[in-house]
Amino acid sequence: MKIVFTTQGDNLSAPLDPSFGRTRNFLVFDLQSDAFEVISNHQNQNAAQGAGIQAAQTIVKAGAGGLVTGHCGPKAFRVLEAAGVKVFNTDAPTIAEALARYRAGNLVQAAAANVEGHWA
Amino acid sequence: MIVAIASGKGGTGKTSVAVNLARVFDTPVQLLDCDVEEPNAHLFFSGTMISEEEIAISVPEINADACNACDECVEFCQFNALASFCRTPLVFPELCHGCGGCAQVCPRGAICEKDFRVGEVRTFQDERITLISGCLDVGVSLASTIVHAVKNRLRNDLPAILDAPPGTACPAVATLRGADYAVLVTEPTPFGLHDLGLAVDTARELRVPFGVVINRVGIGDDRVQDYCAREGIPVLLEIPDDRRIAEAYSRGQIIVEALPEYRAYFELLWRNITAHLGGNTAIEAMS
Repeated sequence: MKIVFTTQGDNLSAPLDPSFGRTRNFLVFDLQSDAFEVISNHQNQNAAQGAGIQAAQTIVKAGAGGLVTGHCGPKAFRVLEAAGVKVFNTDAPTIAEALARYRAGNLVQAAAANVEGHWA
Repeated sequence: MIVAIASGKGGTGKTSVAVNLARVFDTPVQLLDCDVEEPNAHLFFSGTMISEEEIAISVPEINADACNACDECVEFCQFNALASFCRTPLVFPELCHGCGGCAQVCPRGAICEKDFRVGEVRTFQDERITLISGCLDVGVSLASTIVHAVKNRLRNDLPAILDAPPGTACPAVATLRGADYAVLVTEPTPFGLHDLGLAVDTARELRVPFGVVINRVGIGDDRVQDYCAREGIPVLLEIPDDRRIAEAYSRGQIIVEALPEYRAYFELLWRNITAHLGGNTAIEAMS
């Protein structure tokens, strides 16, 4: 399964970005092979609206089975839920730490968005 | 005649000027509250509500049986109101602008449209004043849609005073566009001057003739007056910084009723607006 992390950086020691829709990059980590690729979210950072929805589509298309990030709003959550992507919220400072917590089973799958939408 | 009361900066006194100007009319007049994100002109009147209309836009509804997940609608939408992942798109009506483009580009006719409420327009009658007030629903971003709904209810045979939203973004432009005249209300402070410049640029871009009202004169400095003189912009009225005005406002009172000596100020404002529109550059000042 592929797990997506939000980050401003491009490697496992980079800080985890707490925001989902307007993060700079997605690091897509393959749990089977330990390989990863980085997908830019740059075009979405200044979207007037719907950044979370766009970001959700991007990671669904990248084959994500899970998302590890700080916060996920209601619209993005609705897309991810419909696509069967599991969401895990964490305050881990780096991707490596978040990955370690995931592998240790210390991250709980979110049942709902953990922040309010910007319009509602 | 349509006169929009606008300003770059918020809190300079647009609503005060609008309601007092409407109040000094001795013939029927329309007052349109176009500040639809926080309408407040109705607080100053005791008239009765004569209508309440729901405003809706058309948002897509996708027939999953007809949709083949081609994503053309998703790619067309510039507002991210449709989301897809190789199956029938999800619709986010609160992001939709109601353009109908998704239904147009769908090759399979899978999209029909349904109403989605974005706000309401209420009409009140208080003696000679017909107040048409727009109110955007909480959680909706389509302020301009409500502004247009308010303006569509305007009668052309009666003068209209439009209370514009602050700033120079879409809802303010939607209010100013098509007005015969704009009154830009400012205050003699650095912020007032800076934002007046933005409002002036907007009015010029829209080719709406305009003049300035300086409110709370006595605070700040003379730079707004100097700017207007330099730019050839008429100062239609100066309202002094008078604590009694703020006290009356805080009680929801109209200045010209609570402080009758100010009635002449707003009568003068109307004379100066009509004089400027009539090509007369000699602006009267309060004696």
